[in-house]
Amino acid sequence: MNCTQEFGVRLLLATAIAATVSGFAMAEEAPTAAESALPEDTVAGSDRLLLTGGVSEVEGAAGGGLTPWAVIGGYGTDSQIGANAFLTRLTLPDYHLDVAGALVGFLDRVELSYAQQRFDTEQVGAALGLGQGYTFTQDILGVKLRLVGDAVLDQDRWLPQISVGAQFKKNDRAAVLQAIGAKDDQGVDFYLSATKLYLSQSLLANLTLRFTKANQIGILGFGGDLNDSYEPQLEGSIAWLVSRNVAIGAEYRMKPDNLSIAAEDDWFDAFVAWAPNKHLSLMLAYANLGSIVNQDNQDGIYASLQVGF
Amino acid sequence: MNRPTDIIRLLLLSLLVGVLSISHGAMADEDPAPADPSLLPVFEQFGGKQGLDELMEVFMIKLVEDSRTIEYFAEADQKHVKAMLSEQFCVILGGPCTYTGKSMREAHEKLTINQATFNALVEALQLAMDERNIPFRAQNKLLAKLAPMHREIVTEP
Repeated sequence: MNCTQEFGVRLLLATAIAATVSGFAMAEEAPTAAESALPEDTVAGSDRLLLTGGVSEVEGAAGGGLTPWAVIGGYGTDSQIGANAFLTRLTLPDYHLDVAGALVGFLDRVELSYAQQRFDTEQVGAALGLGQGYTFTQDILGVKLRLVGDAVLDQDRWLPQISVGAQFKKNDRAAVLQAIGAKDDQGVDFYLSATKLYLSQSLLANLTLRFTKANQIGILGFGGDLNDSYEPQLEGSIAWLVSRNVAIGAEYRMKPDNLSIAAEDDWFDAFVAWAPNKHLSLMLAYANLGSIVNQDNQDGIYASLQVGF
Repeated sequence: MNRPTDIIRLLLLSLLVGVLSISHGAMADEDPAPADPSLLPVFEQFGGKQGLDELMEVFMIKLVEDSRTIEYFAEADQKHVKAMLSEQFCVILGGPCTYTGKSMREAHEKLTINQATFNALVEALQLAMDERNIPFRAQNKLLAKLAPMHREIVTEP
């Protein structure tokens, strides 16, 4: 199976899983329609408020564009299951990154996500002798657990919503990664996120502390000749709610710098997110990823489409 | 029945009683209408007391239109509910009113309300405020005061 086919199949699979989980729960909902005087049991649902699930970040977790938030994806409340699937394209001067994935949020408590990233090296691949359009593919399984707080409803408390998460990453180019000095083709990121909606200011803020060994979030493997231990990295997002459907904001993501032959920079973006309803959201951003494998100033357009069930 | 089991049961029971009494003590009703004089400009953006009265007309229509909330309002004394909500919002926004209704706990304890229902009500209120052309930022200032009431309004998980 070639890369494109495999990518398509996995996307389809991820979407099917999300839809099935959500569909199962919906099937359970049907009998209770008659007794709608009672709140439903655990069912597929989307009764959390618009945009409070964030969007799907570049690694598949619910969050902003570049960083996970403490929110649980989908719009499910504490008695519902929510799910969504997404497609993201990041177009850079010398590369492009495609991401596809899906997530399921259980009871506003646990989030499971899957994403596949395909990083196309375009001409750079040819220049490095890897071949025109040489692509690194990374699979990411994510899990997130909400510990305390409600980012949206607890407006009278300072305590943000706090979640912990892990992202299990596997890159398919072990030999090349080894050649550039990476120590591993797979790794696990751990993070702690705090998200708070300041409703009276119409502002949302998120801070994530991530422990990672990943080079360029794992696209260039894990660990390197300069460093092969977990390093704490801070990631922040701020969003201003313009209306119920539109948020604009910015994000910053610190990154380690483990490879001597491929210095990497922190990432940042400025975005606008639009959710016409709970089934659809679009995010458009200017993203600056700095230097990637000796190609400096990799900035471009980040576009993401998310479909909720 | 052996003695150690009885003792454990007794201990568990007393623990339960203790926890219940503590949590009961902690559940003193919150002020249902915490006045915030700094919100007076927002009160004006809502069109004062008359604006709130008119908002309640639209709000009630939205609540009865929504399948998630209709059951709670169709049979209710709508006139009374609208009057109480208008008073409550008026006081919260620093307006010259007195709230004469019940605490949020008393008003909802006989109902079965989950978080989804609570959010559905918030959405109905947002739609109503949109229809009344109340600026989004003013809407959020009111919602920020109402949101914490979920702890007394939501009666089941």
